[in-house]
Amino acid sequence: MVGSPVFLAGTPSGPGSFAKGDLKVAESAVHSTTAGDDPSRRDFIHIAALAAAAGAGATIVWPLIDQMNPSADTVALASVEYDLTKIESGQQVTINWRGKPLFIRNRTQAQIDAAVRDDAAVLKDPQADALRHKEGKAQWLILVGSCTHLGCVPTVGGGEYGGWFCPCHGSTYDTSGRIRKGPAPTNLVVPDYAFLSDTKVKIG
Amino acid sequence: MSGHSTYEPKPGFSRWLDQRLPITRLVWDSFVDYPTPRNLNYWYTFGGILSLCLGIQIVSGIVLSMHYTASAGEAFASVEHIMRDVNYGWLLRYTHANGASMFFIAVYLHMFRGLYYGSYKPPREVLWILGCVIYLLMMATAFMGYVLPWGQMSFHGAVVITNIIGAIPVVGGPILTWLQGGFAVDNATLNRFFSLHYLLPFMIAGVVVLHVWALHVVGQNNPTGIDPKSKADTLPFTPYATVKDGFAMSVFLILFAVFVFYMPNALGHADNYIEANPLVTPAHIVPEWYFLPFYAILRAVPDKVMGVVAMFGAIGVLFALPWLDTSKVRSMRYRPMAKLYFVILVVACIILGFCGAKLPDDQVIPGLETFKILESDLNSFVWLSRLATLYYFAYFLVVMPLLGLLETPLETPETIASPALSHPAAMPAGAMAAPEKKG
Amino acid sequence: MLRKLTLIAAALTLVAGPALAAGTAKHPYDIAFSFEGPFGKFDQGQLQRGYKVYREVCAACHSMKLLSFRNLGDKGGPFYDAKYKNPNDNPYVKALAAELEVPDIDTETGDAVTRPALPADRFPSPYKNDYAARAGNGGALPPDLSVIAKGREGGPEYLASYLLGYEAPPKGLTVPTGQYYNTYFPGDVSAGWAGDKHTPPPGGFVAMGPQLEDDKVTFDDGTKSTARQQAEDVAAFMMWAAEPKMEERKEAGFAVIIYLVLFAGLLYASYRRVWRNESH
Repeated sequence: MVGSPVFLAGTPSGPGSFAKGDLKVAESAVHSTTAGDDPSRRDFIHIAALAAAAGAGATIVWPLIDQMNPSADTVALASVEYDLTKIESGQQVTINWRGKPLFIRNRTQAQIDAAVRDDAAVLKDPQADALRHKEGKAQWLILVGSCTHLGCVPTVGGGEYGGWFCPCHGSTYDTSGRIRKGPAPTNLVVPDYAFLSDTKVKIG
Repeated sequence: MSGHSTYEPKPGFSRWLDQRLPITRLVWDSFVDYPTPRNLNYWYTFGGILSLCLGIQIVSGIVLSMHYTASAGEAFASVEHIMRDVNYGWLLRYTHANGASMFFIAVYLHMFRGLYYGSYKPPREVLWILGCVIYLLMMATAFMGYVLPWGQMSFHGAVVITNIIGAIPVVGGPILTWLQGGFAVDNATLNRFFSLHYLLPFMIAGVVVLHVWALHVVGQNNPTGIDPKSKADTLPFTPYATVKDGFAMSVFLILFAVFVFYMPNALGHADNYIEANPLVTPAHIVPEWYFLPFYAILRAVPDKVMGVVAMFGAIGVLFALPWLDTSKVRSMRYRPMAKLYFVILVVACIILGFCGAKLPDDQVIPGLETFKILESDLNSFVWLSRLATLYYFAYFLVVMPLLGLLETPLETPETIASPALSHPAAMPAGAMAAPEKKG
Repeated sequence: MLRKLTLIAAALTLVAGPALAAGTAKHPYDIAFSFEGPFGKFDQGQLQRGYKVYREVCAACHSMKLLSFRNLGDKGGPFYDAKYKNPNDNPYVKALAAELEVPDIDTETGDAVTRPALPADRFPSPYKNDYAARAGNGGALPPDLSVIAKGREGGPEYLASYLLGYEAPPKGLTVPTGQYYNTYFPGDVSAGWAGDKHTPPPGGFVAMGPQLEDDKVTFDDGTKSTARQQAEDVAAFMMWAAEPKMEERKEAGFAVIIYLVLFAGLLYASYRRVWRNESH
């Protein structure tokens, strides 16, 4: 693809040709670089320059990667506050949190009892119900509404355990959000949250 | 051209690949073993610097487009979102915005270098023309990129430049509407400009490949303008040219960094931090600095159509340059007269740049009133730009053809190496020292 | 030869550069802002005072749509506190936000309501839209101030000068009704000027009247509240609002340039060694 430079097309001749002595001088000049006086120092400078170039390159890469991380405004919206008084017993609301559904469920006493009873059952991802809600707030179950299998949104109240049922591949969760049947490997995720008051919760 | 290749693949993978896709051989022949004239000076490092600029612009641009919103209602805010909220967004945007200016600084120096050393003369006509094509694409890309932040200068610059198309008789109006995608510059215009701004750099990259290919077919020119005649005239590209280019690039990057980190808005215009408002034009509308000379030529001509013709002609004449220059000597190093006219050309271009930034009727020498010709005072920037425009065209259309026939050039050396070797001060240290000691 | 040309070009640039900003307005007066120069930083106390001036004086008519309350607690911002890396948790920022009501939609009824602002909310605008803003200001649109310090030639020094630049019009200058004469505003007063056409008074007519006066704003840090102090503080705040990453930029730039200078030095040494036996 790359062609030969023009001078290679013809041998030097005519007024432009070299005397033999000149050629020798020029050649010795070319070769003397390879037989330097102090190779270690020469190598050090070249290696240092190359290392500096590599260091600069690596530094430049970081902003190019980090720019794809969540921007400041996205991070700022990452926590939400929610007033729980709107949710009646047995109901669930779904709110948008970081672009994902967030389930806030006000469990009935029967549902809590069922969940506690199943602490003793054979679980794929064993965890006691008491560890999945805040102390003294057993009725409030707050979960990230993404199936741990492949991220679909499970439907509330579906499946044989009265918890959630994922329509995509049939994962079935109990009233504590624990995986009981189907391909999902783990329980529905409990996000970081805190009660600001008896009726107000801050998620994230 | 594998007949000349000195690439020797190592046994194993290298040889296996070389027999299937000789890409390593191509790189070796083009950027390692490729013979470059030994006398290239720093003005010859701008080719490498320009490749770096193109790379920086493409990478930073791709990243910026991940956050930019091409919509008339959101573009301005999305640019500010990049500046405020995106991680390192300010760095990416300032790099991209100032990168355009750096790109043009480098390309102008590269072009003037080509003019001075006669790099457009046979057999490098195609090489030169490809360079002109790259320059045109760069101008289009830069113009459309400047529209994207959707500030006042973006918007009204787009209005003025697209309206240039309207100067074409008969079909101008319909073409203008087609180009704008409406009856004014609006959302449709912004969206298509964004699309093309993303596309054109890759076309530039494509033409750059052709440009480098053409360069490697005909070989590099050099300050003497004499073709290399033997191996003594050349040095392998690596390490000789690479390390020199690398050093020049690092110095260029220091300048770049000074702009990005300490005066990121110095080359821009304050009005572009005001969101586009179709109902109000900025008091003083100017293009970016790299378009100012052409803007001055546009305004120098009193007639709208002829102004547009002159502006495009100023670029068009570059394409014909290889055939306008009649000189038998390539480099102006041996053409004292041409050197003088060249200096005046550079000054004329700089003057045009200043005229482009001024209001046409402002006085060049404050307080001095002379007499009016063609409705403008002689002591005005419009007249200064007329004189400079006249010289610009005269240089290419009159001086260059005539000078080659009339001038007496100095004697040129026989080979590239000969002036260097015969001059005692430039004698290679190793070659010089040895015979003396022995003697 | 080319070296000489470079010098000529550089000299011409120096001569003609400042001349680019043409106009008949007075040149902004010089202010020694703390954020000037390659190592300049914002003065946090000044930014806090500037925010108060904006909030109590400017915000009645001017929006700052691009700013959120959380920005006040960002690193380098007026209310940054190293204890709260996430400005959303900064109690001062929360309190400042809660002082103001922002429009929202009631998710149960769909009605437009207002609620106290949260740190993530943008600064509320004083008018519903540009038409309302014009109607409330005699037809003139108060510009958004988010990036005003970068959107005006002269930057923060111009802003402070402008805020203090109201003067009684000289003899022979008629100010149109509903407008004010400002000596720093780059306008055109020739329409109202009866004197010599070649020497019109500096400045222009603006729709906004003088806003700042001594003791109009009470500064919490005890700084004497002169009109000049208010003008300079609000100008500094505007500069921060327009360029919140300036400190980060300058710090990064220092490191980058040191690195590049060393890198260039190494490459030059490498270049000299590679070429040391070659004539060129």
